Amino acid sequence: MAEKFQFDLVSPEKLLYSAHAEQVVVPGVEGDFGVLAGHAPLISIVRTGLVEVKGSEDGDLRIFVRGGLAEVTPAGLTLLAEEAMPFEDLSAADLDGRIKNLEEDVADAKDDRAKNRASEALDQLRQVRALLN
Amino acid sequence: MPSLKSFRVRIASVKSTRKITKALNLVAASKLRRAQEAAVNARPFAERMERVLSNLGASMVGNPGAPKLLAGTGRDDTHLVIVATSDRGLAGGFNANISKMARQHIAKLTAEGKQVKILAIGRKGRDALRRDYGRNILDTIELGGVKAVGFTTAHEIATRVLDMYEAGEFDVATIFYSRFQSVISQVPTMQRLIPAEVKQAEGAPSVDLKGAIYTYEPDESEILADLLPRNVAVQIFRAMLENAASFFGAQMTAMDNATRNAGDVIDKLTIQYNRTRQAMITKELIEIISGAEAL
Repeated sequence: MAEKFQFDLVSPEKLLYSAHAEQVVVPGVEGDFGVLAGHAPLISIVRTGLVEVKGSEDGDLRIFVRGGLAEVTPAGLTLLAEEAMPFEDLSAADLDGRIKNLEEDVADAKDDRAKNRASEALDQLRQVRALLN
Repeated sequence: MPSLKSFRVRIASVKSTRKITKALNLVAASKLRRAQEAAVNARPFAERMERVLSNLGASMVGNPGAPKLLAGTGRDDTHLVIVATSDRGLAGGFNANISKMARQHIAKLTAEGKQVKILAIGRKGRDALRRDYGRNILDTIELGGVKAVGFTTAHEIATRVLDMYEAGEFDVATIFYSRFQSVISQVPTMQRLIPAEVKQAEGAPSVDLKGAIYTYEPDESEILADLLPRNVAVQIFRAMLENAASFFGAQMTAMDNATRNAGDVIDKLTIQYNRTRQAMITKELIEIISGAEAL
């Protein structure tokens, strides 16, 4: 059995989830990365997507996160997410609503920067939506 | 001499006032507990964010490529003053103290010839500033319907502030709120939001990396550019949480005092009432006796 490490998921409102896990896959902006015990210190921005927790006390689970930061230290992995919820609680209707909002944002964007930002967020959300089917 | 009836009416009225203040006191006490919990729960996120920011920020300060949110616009002409108060009163000096501090700051800025814009969170702060600086108030965000302060509310305010900053509508933003120290003491506090204050994190626990160094993904400046706007939201959120806890603390104290004061007034009125009643009885007796004697 693989060595476990501390994983904390924190939202601005509270500590959402804390467990020991064997592996956590984090959706970084430059691609997903898996964290095992003893990972080198790392700070990465997190994109909208799914965090996969493997081998924790609660078994394997998937958590939807939006916007945030992951910090890996020798003490463990801390994920700061602006929004997070279990993948099972995610509803297609809710996601569709958000995708629609973002599509409008892309259409309404005044400058390139805002447009880029909105379409990037849109792509990320669409990927999650695709997983839901 | 006032009639007995008027005493009875006054005593009844003060008693019902005492019931109300007593009830408000209990309500504030239970809400305070929840507000305090929320403030404590929000701490880990803010602390970790601050730690990463101060790590990154310290290396970027003074760098020509530093993001605008950290370095500022290079000007100091227009100030945005965010005054966070509550929508309701009955909390002693809570709203007055915050408004007073904000007003002094605004007066100082105006005296220096700077332009001031005010964004009020909570109705009471707007009411207090409206007379002197009505023209400077951009808008008021009312918290009326919001039961517990959520991050979404703070996020909306932050987005608005950041949009204004991007549009060059102000150079410096400060927020006024009340820091919760204890139930009986709340400290009005002023904090600069933009440009971000990077302090060496003293309170936040530092992490021993055992000789290793952080890998940044993407690079430091991009993380900083992503983090700084988020930090504004987190700071506003924190101020609002502290404010909520302070408000209920102040309200609890104020209502406790009011309840006690009502009790004193009732005691005093009761004594007066009894004295008057006795005086009247005595008077009637004298009348009867002297009438009997005259026969």
